[in-house]
Amino acid sequence: MKTLIYAEHDNQALKSSTLNAVTAGLELGQELHLLVVGHGCGAVANAARNIQGVSAVLVADAPVYDYQLPENVAPLLEKLTSKYSHILAPATTTGKNIIPRAAALADVQPIADVVGIETTETFVRPIYAGNLVAKVSSTDSVKMMTIRTSAFEAAAYSENPCEIEELSFEFDAGLSTVVGQDLATSDRPELTTARVVVSGGRALQSAENFQILYSLADKLGGAVGASRAAVDAGYVPNDLQVGQTGKIVSPELYIAVGISGAVQHLAGMKDSKVIVAINKDEDAPIFEVADYGLVADLYEAVPELEALLTAYGVEVDAPVAVSA
Amino acid sequence: MKVLVAIKRVADVNVVVRPNSEGNDVELTNVKMAINPFCEIAVEEAVRLKESGVATEVVAVCIGPAKAQEQIRAAMAIGADRGVIVETDENLEPLAIAKCLKAVYDQELPQLIMFGKQSVDGDNNQTGQMFAALAGIPQGTFASALVVADGKATVTREIDGGAQTVELSLPAAVTADLRLNEPRYASLPQIMKAKKKSIETIPFASLGVDGTPRLKVVTVSTPDKRRAGTKVSSVEELVDKLRSEAKVI
Repeated sequence: MKTLIYAEHDNQALKSSTLNAVTAGLELGQELHLLVVGHGCGAVANAARNIQGVSAVLVADAPVYDYQLPENVAPLLEKLTSKYSHILAPATTTGKNIIPRAAALADVQPIADVVGIETTETFVRPIYAGNLVAKVSSTDSVKMMTIRTSAFEAAAYSENPCEIEELSFEFDAGLSTVVGQDLATSDRPELTTARVVVSGGRALQSAENFQILYSLADKLGGAVGASRAAVDAGYVPNDLQVGQTGKIVSPELYIAVGISGAVQHLAGMKDSKVIVAINKDEDAPIFEVADYGLVADLYEAVPELEALLTAYGVEVDAPVAVSA
Repeated sequence: MKVLVAIKRVADVNVVVRPNSEGNDVELTNVKMAINPFCEIAVEEAVRLKESGVATEVVAVCIGPAKAQEQIRAAMAIGADRGVIVETDENLEPLAIAKCLKAVYDQELPQLIMFGKQSVDGDNNQTGQMFAALAGIPQGTFASALVVADGKATVTREIDGGAQTVELSLPAAVTADLRLNEPRYASLPQIMKAKKKSIETIPFASLGVDGTPRLKVVTVSTPDKRRAGTKVSSVEELVDKLRSEAKVI
């Protein structure tokens, strides 16, 4: 009985979602290995060796795995089902693309978006946009699942690197190629791992007005998110969408600005530690989940908030204040 | 070129669903049902491919109870030409649904199979990928743009951190994300026309697919509700609470 974690990375760096999946994997209480599939991903494998609890890193490094195309990666994972009782991946667009395909090849029904591990067979997952929670028990001989990263802490790094094992299996389905990739580059922290998230809704009215949120987020060393309404209106790119169909976040501080609080948005942020809502409609549903609600005009409140933070000397990446 | 669109019958998104009295399933008695919103986007895309002359026929297929004919009719009102229903009262999992779709695919031999990226009930986001694996064809998941030309499908995918464009050989499976299109409202003449289109019924038992669930549902419950906190009267009070009470800044 061994657990395999599919590592999330971009051939250069290991993504922190991998660390959340490792923590979930360790709850199974079994020997745990990590799989790095990519091309020229040696640095990733090296970093992975130091994750606490990982006892071996398997590496499949070949040109056919450059973009981790599911058509090529799934057969590799299917092959590994003979050696592992549990195969986990972060529930990112990569994990959701690959795990079901590999599971079908192995005749396994995968478990999506796991938020709790009860036993080696029983898992908890949200359904109906998080309005309900299902506890399911898998009868498959191999359990394959994606892990909702916001539900598990990130694993720590240790001083004792484990061994690396090179896999020679190479498979090219010849069915798909990547012809373009357009990834947002930003100095701001990633939305799903940021300590603070400042999100805006339709009330922002334009892309220009979102600047006041970027400015506030920068002051707090945070990331900017948005409601589906703001994304659909074209104020911000779609990868900023927080919600059931976008990113699921659980920062220490979530500031919802001009967001009414549709169910689908709440599904993406209700596990945040502290929620602040700023909205001029005092009946907005967002206030029902907010720890601190402020009924105010955002165009006045947000600049005032930023100015006060400056006055108090709150700085980017400032450590959490333990005493006021 | 023939396009097959897989659609699912789900509880209408505006319905607040609850656990059943045994607490081991979702209570769907007398709940308003609808076509899964992501599947509707897939149907719209297929119909647009036909309207632009790329596709010649759009076939909507649903694995579900006899009543799922309503959802096939809804797809026909958008513009699907005919329907196939694999009829079963069992609540099948994505793996079994993918196997049923593979059987229909072998019979219909389409060049493109469209899916919604996930259904709003189970939120699995698996069926399209699992079908593609069983059919041995490429997959373009989370599609926000689709071009079919020169014997291939070019799919722009919404991935974490941006967009990725993949080129897939045909036949291919594509799963629709929110921004692929905005489905039209079916007009009354279209709804009337849809009633005359044909639906083929295939009994689930005739396909030889094992529908035994692999996942046993132990409990279905309502998550702990987050309680509303306090209203603050000024930005100053907010900052003060965040510093001294919540201690997050």
